[in-house]
Amino acid sequence: MKNLITLLLLLMLSFGVAASEAIELQEADVDLSDNESLQRGAQHFVTYCLGCHSAKHMRYLRFALDVGVDQKKVLKDIAPEGASIYDQLHSAMNKHDAEKWFGVQPPDLSLIARSRGADWLYSYLKSYYSDTSRPFGVNNLVYPDTAMPNPLWQLQGEQHAEPRKTIYGEYIKLVLEDQGTLSEREFDLFVNDLVNFLVYVGEPVQLERERLGKYVILFLLMFVVIAYLLKKEYWKDVD
Amino acid sequence: MKPTRLTECGNWVLDRFPVTKFWNDHMAHYYAPKNFNFWYFFGSLALLLLVNQILTGILLTMNYKPDAKLAFDSVEYIMRDVPWGWLVRYMHSTGASAFFIVIYLHMFRALLYGSFKHPRELIWIFGMLLFVALMAEAFMGYLLPWGQMSFWGAQVIISLFSAIPLVGDDLSLWIRGDYVIADATLNRFFAFHVIAVPLVLVMLVFMHLVALHEVGSNNPDGIEIKESKDPWGHPVDGIPFHPYYTVKDLVGVGVFLLFFATVIFYMPEMGGYFLEHANFIPADPMKTPEHIAPVWYFTPFYSILRAIPDKFAGVIGMGGSIFVLFLMPWLDRCKVKSIRYRGGIFKKALFLFVISFIALGYLGTQPVTPVATTLARLFTTIYFGFFLLMPIYTRWEKTKPVPKRLTRLHSLEEQLHTLEEQLPALIEEITELKSVVTEIGHPAFKGTFFNRRPSPQGMAHVISRLAKKLKGSLD
Repeated sequence: MKNLITLLLLLMLSFGVAASEAIELQEADVDLSDNESLQRGAQHFVTYCLGCHSAKHMRYLRFALDVGVDQKKVLKDIAPEGASIYDQLHSAMNKHDAEKWFGVQPPDLSLIARSRGADWLYSYLKSYYSDTSRPFGVNNLVYPDTAMPNPLWQLQGEQHAEPRKTIYGEYIKLVLEDQGTLSEREFDLFVNDLVNFLVYVGEPVQLERERLGKYVILFLLMFVVIAYLLKKEYWKDVD
Repeated sequence: MKPTRLTECGNWVLDRFPVTKFWNDHMAHYYAPKNFNFWYFFGSLALLLLVNQILTGILLTMNYKPDAKLAFDSVEYIMRDVPWGWLVRYMHSTGASAFFIVIYLHMFRALLYGSFKHPRELIWIFGMLLFVALMAEAFMGYLLPWGQMSFWGAQVIISLFSAIPLVGDDLSLWIRGDYVIADATLNRFFAFHVIAVPLVLVMLVFMHLVALHEVGSNNPDGIEIKESKDPWGHPVDGIPFHPYYTVKDLVGVGVFLLFFATVIFYMPEMGGYFLEHANFIPADPMKTPEHIAPVWYFTPFYSILRAIPDKFAGVIGMGGSIFVLFLMPWLDRCKVKSIRYRGGIFKKALFLFVISFIALGYLGTQPVTPVATTLARLFTTIYFGFFLLMPIYTRWEKTKPVPKRLTRLHSLEEQLHTLEEQLPALIEEITELKSVVTEIGHPAFKGTFFNRRPSPQGMAHVISRLAKKLKGSLD
C-alpha cells in the first residue's frame, strides 16, 4: 500500500514536470456573439490569411446570414474581388506553387480552431521572433521551426527572444524591439478578432446549438417530472 | 356486440401472426423482480442507444462518402450544409461514447449481483459477444471520419495483427487490403460498420433477450423469484414488466437524455474525449501525430497492451483481458450471487478491480513514461489477478445468509425523508455555539450574543464515523 502511494505521488509529480515544460499559452477572449469582432476578424482573415490559406468549408453566404450582415456588404467589404456570395473561402494560391515556395501546402483553416484551440492560435500568432537561421528570418516560440513566415510582422513589429532566469528555471521572453503600425494593445485586439473568427469558422452552428439546447433541456426536465409522477401512480400498489 | 370492421381486420391478422402472444410473453406477462434498483436502468438504455445509433447512422450514410478523397469533407458538409446534419452527427458521435458508458455500467451490474451465474451463463456469453461486436463496430466507425486519429489509430491497431508469428504480415495486409490504411480499408470498414456488424448486433440482442426471458431476470438480492409462486403460478415477488418497468424505465430514459442532451448541445467534444482534437485534421499518411491514443473506451485494454514489453505477448494480453471476462461464470465459485450477501474478500477484490480498470483507462490516454508504464503493469496485474485468482478466493468466501424472499430497501423518497429528519442533529454536531461579547457601538447591539461556528472536532467525528461505515460495508 505504501509503495502504491509513493508511486501515485511520483506519477503526479512527473505530470507536473511535463506540464511545466510546455509553453504557457495566453488566453484568447472568444465571444461569438460579438458580431463586430467577427466582421473585423473576417476582414483580417481575407486580407492576411486567404492569400495562402483557404477555409473551404465556409461560405460567404453563411457568414452573412449568421453574423447578420447584408450580403452586398460582405461582398464589398470582406470577400476578395470577384468572389460570389455562394463561394467558399478558397485561396488563390495553388498547390504546386505553394509547395515550391514553402515546401508544404498551407493547411486549410476551416477546422484549425477545433484541432489547436483558440488559446493556441492566439499565442502562436503573437509568438514570432527574429531568427536568422530560419529561411524566412523568423521562428515561433509556440510552434518551433514553423514553415510559416509571420504575415502580421508589419502590424506587430519585430520581436526578439531573450533567455531569462528565475528561481524556477530558465525561460524565453519575447521582447518587442521595433514597434509595428499597431500598438501592443491594438495588435492583441487584432489577433483576438482573427481568432474569434476562426473559432466561429470551426463550427458555425455553435451559437444556434447552445440556444436550442436550453429548450431541449427544459423539455426534458418537464418530461422527467411527468414520467416520475406516472411511475409513482403505477407503482402505488407495489410494496 | 357485433365486431366492427376494424376489429375484424385486426383479428384476421392476429389469427395469422401472434403479435399478442409475443407482446404478452415478453412484456405484459413477463414477470420481473420488483426490487430493481438504479443499476437496472442500463439494459433498456443500451437498447435505446442501439436504436439511436441505427437511426442517426442511416441519416448519416445518406450524405457520407466512403472515399479517402471525400470522406473528411463529406463529414464537414454534414456538419455545415446538411439541415440538422450537425445534430445527427453529434447524436451519433456522443451516442457511441454513451453506449460504452451504459454497457460498462450494465456489465458492472452483472458483477455486483452475480447475474452471470447459473442459470444465466448464456445471457452473459451473448452479452460478452455483444460487447466484442460493439467494440468492432466502434473501431470501424471511428475510421470513417478519416481524420488523423482515425487513420493512425486504425494503423496502430491493425498493425497489431502483424505481431502474430508466421501469418501476421499477410493477415494484416489482408485486413487492410493495402500496405497502409487506405481507400480499400475505408470502404470495407464502411461495409462492416453500416451493415455486417449491426446485423450481428441486432441478432445478438435478440438472443440475449430470449435467453433472459427464458430463465428470468436476476435481482439485487440474487435470489430466484420463480421459487416462490402464488396459486396462479406467478412469482410472488414479481411484477409484469409492462406497465411497471416500462413506466419506470421511462424515468430512466428521461434522466439519461438530460445528460445526453447536455453533452450534445454544450460539450460535444467532451474535452477531446468524445471527439479527439487531432481528428479535426484530415488523415495524412506522411505525418504521424505526436501522440496516438485510441478513444477513451478502448484505453483500459490499450494500456494492458502497452504495459507488456513484448509486442506479441501484449496482443495476447489485450485479447486475454477481454477473453477472461467470458469465463466469469466458471471462475466465480461462490454459490451466493448478490454482493449484498457475499464475503468481504470478493467486495475488496471487486473494489480493486474497478480502481485498476479506471486507472488503466486513464493511463491509456496518457503518453508513455517510465512511471506510467510501471503503474500500468501494476494495474494490469491487479486486473488479471481479479479474474485468475477468483477460483481460489471465492471458494472459501465467508458469505452471509441469503433470504428466501426479496428484501425491501428504503426508497429514494424515504431516504430523503430520513435525511431531512437527521439534518438538524447533524448540523448540531458539526457546529458549536460560541458566545460573542460586544461592548462598542450602538447600545442596542451591546451585550452577549451566540454565534454558530463550524466545529473541527465535530466534523472529524462525523467523517470518522462515515469512514468506519464505508469500511464496514466492505466486510
